[in-house]
Amino acid sequence: MSGFDTIIEGVLLGGVYALFALGLSLIFGIMRLVNLAHGDLILLAAYLVLSATTALGVPLAVASLLVVAAMFVLGFVLQRLVLERVLGDDILPPLLVTFGLSIMIQNGLLLGYGADSRRLQAGAFESSSVTLAPGLSVGLAPLTALVTAIAAVALLQLIFYRTSLGRAFRATADNPAIAQLMGVNERNVYAIAVGLSLAVSVIAAVVFGIRASFDPSIGPARLLYAFEAVIIGGLGSLWGTLAGGIVLGLAQAIGGRINPEWQILAGHLTFLAVLMVRPRGLFPARRT
Amino acid sequence: MPVWQIRVGTRLSRIAAVAGIVLVVVLAVLPAIASRNLIQDLIFVLTMLTLAQLWNVLAGWGGLVSVGQQAFVGLGAYALFAGIVMAGLDPVAAIPLAGLFAALIAAVLGPLLFRLEGPYFAIGSWVAAEALRLICAQFKSLGGGTGMSISPSELSQMFGLKAVQALLGLRPAAARDVLVYWLALLLAVLVTLGIYAFMRSRHGLALAASRDNAAAARSVGVRTARIRHVLWIAVAFATGTVGAVVYLQKARISPDAAFSVIDWTAYVIFIVVIGGVRTIEGPMVGVLLLWGLVTWLAQYGSLYLVVLGTLAILIMLFMPRGVWGAAARRWQWQLFPTQRWLGRSR
Repeated sequence: MSGFDTIIEGVLLGGVYALFALGLSLIFGIMRLVNLAHGDLILLAAYLVLSATTALGVPLAVASLLVVAAMFVLGFVLQRLVLERVLGDDILPPLLVTFGLSIMIQNGLLLGYGADSRRLQAGAFESSSVTLAPGLSVGLAPLTALVTAIAAVALLQLIFYRTSLGRAFRATADNPAIAQLMGVNERNVYAIAVGLSLAVSVIAAVVFGIRASFDPSIGPARLLYAFEAVIIGGLGSLWGTLAGGIVLGLAQAIGGRINPEWQILAGHLTFLAVLMVRPRGLFPARRT
Repeated sequence: MPVWQIRVGTRLSRIAAVAGIVLVVVLAVLPAIASRNLIQDLIFVLTMLTLAQLWNVLAGWGGLVSVGQQAFVGLGAYALFAGIVMAGLDPVAAIPLAGLFAALIAAVLGPLLFRLEGPYFAIGSWVAAEALRLICAQFKSLGGGTGMSISPSELSQMFGLKAVQALLGLRPAAARDVLVYWLALLLAVLVTLGIYAFMRSRHGLALAASRDNAAAARSVGVRTARIRHVLWIAVAFATGTVGAVVYLQKARISPDAAFSVIDWTAYVIFIVVIGGVRTIEGPMVGVLLLWGLVTWLAQYGSLYLVVLGTLAILIMLFMPRGVWGAAARRWQWQLFPTQRWLGRSR
């Protein structure tokens, strides 16, 4: 049943796209910053994990944790030293700074690692599969991607609605001035948000890097998929972003099944179609 | 007689106007003595300047920060090739049609993309450009994903080519460069003057007001949505025209090159940022700086782009008005003044 296969493939692909999108969604929700370097930062994380496994010789899981910590610090510092200076009413400076960052990272990776395709090695995990039902088995790696995405959304929801950090996030997102009056350190909240966004992106990078090969030029496409997932799902809702990622994955899988050249195009056209009929996304947050 | 009056011009701007006319005349007669290399370099400078002026008015003054302007360069280029190869049009006649085609697609895409606010519009325009790139790659008669070339013989009957050959005593290939150079110069002058006139008109004021505070602008009667939509389409028309002119010179097209975000948007943004956003002079300064950097650093490939990206970030952080903007503020220079000064009439 090839139709059913396509749907499974699309849903599992959607998990990866949702992971791409979470970091983007997080900092937009809290600080209204659209990070045009998001895709290239995911790629940077993938290469850092690759370097950690090959140069340090540590297992993939350990390398991932090391890079999660490194990217969190990078995000914190990036916000404090660079982004903080350009955030404001004018949307142009932050967009231009992150666009410059995107070009810097992309070409920096090209200098450091060359243009060859790479892949993260996960041993037997890559090729093993689980049988869900008689005649229906799915790859363990893609399934893990989807499960990871669901877990990541659940964890972020928990942080947002059950911790004091989450309360500070939500308060700052609603009204930074009043949050500060209540004793929230706005600068730290923003820096932690960017750090968290990059830390989540490492998970996206690892899950993606095991599934598919990557090279320095594909960062911007990851940004576009992440963005499409966020808009299709509806702004302001993390579960919506997960659903948006799955819709995008399905669209690409179905398009690719009809004609391999149409895979990416089908995703873009679905995005434009959603924008036409449901401009607020399929599952928007109740409050704006 | 009113006591107060609004001035826009300055003495420096009147001197600059005269100098500008002289410069354009010099540039127009330059092919008589210049080498073919210089002409090709100047085609790059003039077309990039035009694209930068267009992006500056769209993003800087209009607040429509598009990262997808490569869509209209690519559409203009593909429409030119379709006009020549499929419809058998004269290349020069196909150029304005290419612009119209880009404007048509912009008119369709505009209402969709305008649903994305502020920064999300930026990525939305990028998605649209990627979708258009993939669609253009589907046209097998225009070379599909790998692209195609137009043979010199197909361009040898081009309007004006024989006249240029006879006038300057050049071979067809060099004469085509000169013809494209003049078209590029014409476009650069028309677009710069058009934007200057627009920004000094009440419509320009209305546009700036829409960006700064849409609600307040609407309350004084500015139709903010309409003015942005018209600007978006007009910029797409001009951008498509530039794309057609650029690819008439290249005579070779591929989806990846014609819709390249680096070539047609990153460079353009770099020019505007380094020169000075929201000034007419900024892109002129910026394009000369880019030309210098290209000449010195392009041989280093990726490193060159790392340098450009870093420079753009540093300029945004420490000189947000750009090189020209900082100088203009310091010494009160206004070559193309768009600011209005209120003073007592003498």
